[in-house]
Amino acid sequence: MAKITLSKLRHSYFPNPKSPSDYALKEIDLDWSDGGAYALLGPSGCGKSTLLNIISGLLVPSEGQILFDGQDVTKLPPDQRNIAQVFQFPVIYDTMSVYDNLAFPLRNRGRDENTVRERVMAIAEMLEVTDMLDQKAAGLSPDNKQKISMGRGLVREDVNVVMFDEPLTVIDPHLKWKLRSKLKELHQRVKATMIYVTHDQTEALTFADQVVVMQLGEVVQIGTPIELFERPAHTFVGHFIGSPGMNILPCTLLNGAARFADHNIALEGPIHGEALGKTEIGIRPEFVSLSDQGLPAVVTKVSDVGRHIVVECEANGTRISAVVEGRAPEKGTAVHLSFRQDMTRLYIDGWLASTPETSLEAAE
Amino acid sequence: MKTENQKAWFFVLPVLLLVAFNALIPMMTVVNYSVQETFGDNVFFWQGLDWFQQILRSERFHAALGRQFLFTFLILIIEVPLGIAIALSMPRKGLWVPVCLVLMALPMLIPWNVVGAMWNIFTLPDIGLLGYFLNHVLGINYDMTQDPLAAWVTIITMDVWHWTSLVVLLSYAGLVSIPDAYYQAAKIDGASNWSVFRFIQLPKMKTVLTIAILLRFMDSFNIYTEPFVLTGGGPGNSTTMLSIDLVKIALGQFDLGPAAAMSLIYFAITLLVSWLFYTLMTKDDLN
Repeated sequence: MAKITLSKLRHSYFPNPKSPSDYALKEIDLDWSDGGAYALLGPSGCGKSTLLNIISGLLVPSEGQILFDGQDVTKLPPDQRNIAQVFQFPVIYDTMSVYDNLAFPLRNRGRDENTVRERVMAIAEMLEVTDMLDQKAAGLSPDNKQKISMGRGLVREDVNVVMFDEPLTVIDPHLKWKLRSKLKELHQRVKATMIYVTHDQTEALTFADQVVVMQLGEVVQIGTPIELFERPAHTFVGHFIGSPGMNILPCTLLNGAARFADHNIALEGPIHGEALGKTEIGIRPEFVSLSDQGLPAVVTKVSDVGRHIVVECEANGTRISAVVEGRAPEKGTAVHLSFRQDMTRLYIDGWLASTPETSLEAAE
Repeated sequence: MKTENQKAWFFVLPVLLLVAFNALIPMMTVVNYSVQETFGDNVFFWQGLDWFQQILRSERFHAALGRQFLFTFLILIIEVPLGIAIALSMPRKGLWVPVCLVLMALPMLIPWNVVGAMWNIFTLPDIGLLGYFLNHVLGINYDMTQDPLAAWVTIITMDVWHWTSLVVLLSYAGLVSIPDAYYQAAKIDGASNWSVFRFIQLPKMKTVLTIAILLRFMDSFNIYTEPFVLTGGGPGNSTTMLSIDLVKIALGQFDLGPAAAMSLIYFAITLLVSWLFYTLMTKDDLN
């Protein structure tokens, strides 16, 4: 097990990258602490798989270093890094039995058969596949195949980090949940660092202690699921995480107050940084409520998603969603929206620029 | 309620007619000849299974059958490993892929009798490029019209040159269908190159290789044109394959009865070996 440090990492698939858009990864500095459960979250094409392949050693970065416990492994091939990777589609050695599949990484490293047996039995028990050990791996169902490819990663006792590249893509929805909790349980038992790549926020938020959100080859925010939900550092995070995503309202600043549609919107606290770029208000639908006074708006769509109702409104040409419990107004109704002040953020050029009142008081 | 009728059979009728005229009826003619004796003028005498007995006991048939099996065995044992090796060393991505594929396909585009004629001229000891080079530059006594070994080496080289591409192209198709993740996982699992071949590439190529071997078996077992043009079956009878012998009996000696019996036996052997091979290769997939 090891702490993984990425230092000034850049990668381009072109031999001579010139403009920043030639880079699949733009300058990444990250620390993954030993034994942590991380998720790497971002839309398709944001560079998360590239980053994963660089950590596993399948790809050598154009610039920068990867350190395992302070030791430079940037140029080491995958088999010398003691890492394990589980791929999107289960990789199984078809002609081998389940037992031989699990034993394969150990036998390749010249472990004696007793050690192999011991490890394979332990891992099989953990994954609940003991009764399948003698079967041919080719005949297994997709979720069991994926379990076996996970097992091949976990069977080595010296593994530094286990990486999962969207491992639940081919799994049936009702088994996804089961396998996900299995993963979480495995993490607690083996205590290896785990990195889970996905574009599915539910998977990321349920699996990880720390979520790294990426966009266009950059890390936008690192935080716990709650931090990402409550204080998105970037409007992208606000929009990407949450269902529906954060409401983004273009606004103007006047004497330190935010104005939208001729209304003053109370922010969580003072603004830091220079308000030169595009200014926007960010508020999650969960913190928007319908009330007697506040911002006037018209209901354009009402959708019942089961646990609550999402009311979509339009105010001054901008769509604002609100999450409502109980009864919702009908489409076309004129309503007033009020925002919970401590959850109303200000973004300048996409980046968070407001600070909460309390932290300011604490600083004083 | 479901109404049942048999009208769908009419859709099968054209195919049935086609198969009847290009396979069943000609085949029945052969069966007809194989059990009768004729002296022309459409006069036939019932002969029973005499021709079959005669062929099966004939030393000439045994010799031709032996040569046929030896030839097929030799070309398979060369073409299959060589084809796999070439497919493995071909690039999977990039500009060279189409170049390699076209180069590989070229020999297969040449008509069979042209291949025979090409190699005939190529190996002539006095003017052929290869023949001249071997005899006058390297000083090896090479003349396939005199030496049975030289004739065998030549027809096998020719077949390898002509048909290895088929194995290459089919194996290559199998190889490119393997997702990158398999190679990446193998790397992480610390697998050697041999293990990658043994546990990933070979299993994934199994289906196409079965087809390749089957096609090569049937084609080489029925080979006629190339050795006929190249050596004419000689020197002596040393390269007289089954089909060449068959034509000699049927059209040279005009022994239609024995020739018909022989072609039926020939057909049965081809069918039996193909069926056995295919059944054995696909046995595992069923359970």
